[in-house]
Amino acid sequence: MPGLLNAAELEALADARRRGLEAANHWPEFAFGNPADEERIAAWDIDIGPDGVGLPPGRGSVERGETLYRLQCVQCHGLRGEGAEFEALAGRAPGDAFRFAEDRSTPITVGSYWPYATTLFDYIRRAMPQAAPGTLPPDDVYALTAFVLHLNDLLEPGETLDAASLTAIVMPSRDRFVRDDRRGGPEVR
Amino acid sequence: MQGRVPSPVGERSVFETPERVVRRLEPSSSSLTPLQYLQGVVTPADLHFERHHGGIPNIDPERYELLIHGMVERPTVFRLADLKRFPAESRLRFLECSGNGGSAYQSQGRRVDMSPQDMDGLTSTSEWTGVPLKLLFREVGALPEATWFLAEGMDAAVMTRSIPMDKAWDDAIVAYGQNGEPLRPEQGYPARLFLPGWEGNSSVKWLRRLELSDRPFMTREETSKYTDPLPGGKARMFSFTMDAKSLITFPTFPERLDGPGWWEIRGIAWTGRGRITRVEISTDGGTSWEDAELQEPVLPKCHVRFRKLWNWNGRAATLMSRATDETGYVQPTREELHRARGSYTRYHFNQIRPWRVERDGRVFFAG
Repeated sequence: MPGLLNAAELEALADARRRGLEAANHWPEFAFGNPADEERIAAWDIDIGPDGVGLPPGRGSVERGETLYRLQCVQCHGLRGEGAEFEALAGRAPGDAFRFAEDRSTPITVGSYWPYATTLFDYIRRAMPQAAPGTLPPDDVYALTAFVLHLNDLLEPGETLDAASLTAIVMPSRDRFVRDDRRGGPEVR
Repeated sequence: MQGRVPSPVGERSVFETPERVVRRLEPSSSSLTPLQYLQGVVTPADLHFERHHGGIPNIDPERYELLIHGMVERPTVFRLADLKRFPAESRLRFLECSGNGGSAYQSQGRRVDMSPQDMDGLTSTSEWTGVPLKLLFREVGALPEATWFLAEGMDAAVMTRSIPMDKAWDDAIVAYGQNGEPLRPEQGYPARLFLPGWEGNSSVKWLRRLELSDRPFMTREETSKYTDPLPGGKARMFSFTMDAKSLITFPTFPERLDGPGWWEIRGIAWTGRGRITRVEISTDGGTSWEDAELQEPVLPKCHVRFRKLWNWNGRAATLMSRATDETGYVQPTREELHRARGSYTRYHFNQIRPWRVERDGRVFFAG
């Protein structure tokens, strides 16, 4: 996964931390603010990691997802995720080719571009549906995630998603992503 | 005749009516700073560009809270008053959306009748005031194992980005002030993350939560969006730093020069890697270049104003500006950038912008 630091990067970060703390330690300890207890944290801590950390209990099927999708999503994303008022959700390039820099005929969709299926759950839960974001219970989010993955030929009809099966899904473009490889200096990259 | 009496809040001359250009596309919306109208480097707060993903929330500063948790010794909630009580710092810094200038990059959709605002209006400069993030992270006892942190807003999209910890230990701040007053609502009132020199989206507005971790979170805004497809079947992610860029803001469309003679070519330059060291101007389509004057002080990660006197002979001419920064990076041509990143990469468009001055004095984009 891009973003896991190698030994040299860890050493550079340790240096940055040392310098940062040295600068911060010119100030006294203020201890402003109040301790946050577990309940307080749980109320806001809704993020889902690419390793599945944070996924709540629950499950949802492709079929249940389709029912919810028809009620809440069709207007913006089209009957089969082809896009309508807002962006397309479904579609793969032949052979999962990844030619977005050279060719704009392949739409950027969940199936053609998104590297992690967990992102879909996280985003649907926090930001969808647009008129009432944050209101979907976990079972509904699993179901909608399942249906959108189905629209991209990544789940079969009849399949059900839960925390374990969602985390196990490998998206077609997962290994296409690299961490910023610009190296600074004169190079145009 | 007596003039107007003093008033509690001033306003612009009735003869001055600058406006942001407002765009409403898909779930996102934006408005563009009128770059051709501005002088110097400061963007008036009410003309600072906007870009948001779920509308502008209305947040009561008395009820505002910032939660810092995860890989820390002391999970803590800060009220706005707590943030303001810490030692503050103020810095003039640019903020640019990494999608800025896309309409000048792709072959389709480029038009000659674009103003600097239409093309590049998603960049602005303000004096930002806030508390250094390294101080907040020292206060909560950030663990040495923390390599990333999640920044989360309290807009309708509860927008999130993963940020490398080294930025926190360097120059990140939690900002609550802009150009001498509290942040504007559209800029994240009452408090936002501000990451100098980095793509605007990572400076999460309406900041409610920072979670320290030992890996990135792979949110929608750093996977599906804000990643850069590259030739060879790859996409670059976490491409935060804004490369050096300059643009001419006068003369440009829709200006018309009313005759030959002395004109001052003006514009702005900036880089996310430090200071601009040089801006060159060409008036012959890139054949020859001469240095422009940079307005002092040249600040790091901040717009700098450049100027160059030009004695126009009345013939058609193509004007260009080219920035160099302290790392030796020279602003590339569109062709160079297309070679490096492909013709349809989705963000980071810092190529040279040419302008064509016609014999009749009209000016058109000539990218």
